[in-house]
Amino acid sequence: MHEMGIILHLAKSLEETAAEQDIKKITRVTLEVGEVSGIMTDYFVDCWNYFKKRHPVLDTAELVLETIPAVTWCDACKRTYPTVQYGRTCPYCGSGETWLLKGSECVIKEIEVED
Amino acid sequence: MKIIELKETVTASNDRDAEVLRGELKQKGTLLINLMASPGAGKTTLLERTIRDMKDELRIAVMEADVDSDVDAVRIEKIGAKAVQAHTDGMCHMDAGMTRRALEGLGDEPFDLVFLENVGNLICPAEFDTGAGRCVMLLSVPEGDDKPLKYPLMFSKSDVLIITKTDVAPYFDFDVDACVSRARKLNPTIRVFAVSAKTGEGFEAWEEWVSEQVETWKY
Ligand SMILES: Nc1nc2c(ncn2[C@@H]2O[C@H](COP(=O)(O)OP(=O)(O)OP(=O)(O)O)[C@@H](O)[C@H]2O)c(=O)[nH]1
Ligand SMILES: [Mg+2]
Ligand SMILES: [Zn+2]
Repeated sequence: MHEMGIILHLAKSLEETAAEQDIKKITRVTLEVGEVSGIMTDYFVDCWNYFKKRHPVLDTAELVLETIPAVTWCDACKRTYPTVQYGRTCPYCGSGETWLLKGSECVIKEIEVED
Repeated sequence: MKIIELKETVTASNDRDAEVLRGELKQKGTLLINLMASPGAGKTTLLERTIRDMKDELRIAVMEADVDSDVDAVRIEKIGAKAVQAHTDGMCHMDAGMTRRALEGLGDEPFDLVFLENVGNLICPAEFDTGAGRCVMLLSVPEGDDKPLKYPLMFSKSDVLIITKTDVAPYFDFDVDACVSRARKLNPTIRVFAVSAKTGEGFEAWEEWVSEQVETWKY
């Protein structure tokens, strides 16, 4: 239930931001979601639509997900390559000594609010 | 309509709660250690032995975050330490709010050291700060030395890596040096212990580290 856990925290973060900045309604929330963050986007949006109703500040907010491509670094040949296409094995040299550089994050990019 | 740029992680509110909890625990002089690992890596067995060895020296309690059973809590109580079942609300990880509620379940008795046995998995627990003073991860020999490559976040977030079940090393091709150098690429300051709860190998060094941390946490 990873998605639900994240949604609960997302809702709480947004409520706190709204309280601090005296925001009455958030109408849109844009998240940057890494390609390999493990978040199942359809299920994530379903969870959001279910939970937002509990929060008056969020209850009409649309959730927009922007995908951040995952990039892996090969430590053997010092090059980067797209993670989703090649996985853990470097397509240039075949090494398995590879590290994810980005693509696992989940960041609140921006919110749209009523003025 | 107006757009406000935030650029904060989705778990920012949890990070703030965790910071507050850590501050409160520091004031009380209670060190909370968040223990993370895959299912069956040997978390409860490590705790049993550690508590047996250290219970005369320190007041120790354990919070067991099993999704749906109290088997581990019962094992800990048999050793003679206080244990509570931490409720994860069906989640794959503990967060700061759940940790706070579990700590309340331990009552008003003062403890020097509280262990949180987190939910068994190498992904989600790493993403949620529980408010613990130290994070310790276990990797058992049968799991393989490539895990730092597969679960980088867990290795980057942990202060300590304990390689467990070293007694079975002859039957597996676990390369300790390769594992440690992979872990250190992600986290240059990670402390590493290699232990066997069967033979007791490595426990002295691990327990010495625990004593030191409890001491420094108090001041
Ligand atoms: N050979 C050997 N077996 C071990 C060692 N430590 C634990 N085990 C065995 O590994 C199995 C799992 O150990 P636990 O301590 O229950 O593991 P855990 O990580 O708490 O498991 P969960 O709470 O179910 O995720 C048990 O059968 C233990 O006896 C060890 O050092 N050597
Ligand atoms: Mg256990
Ligand atoms: Zn390469």
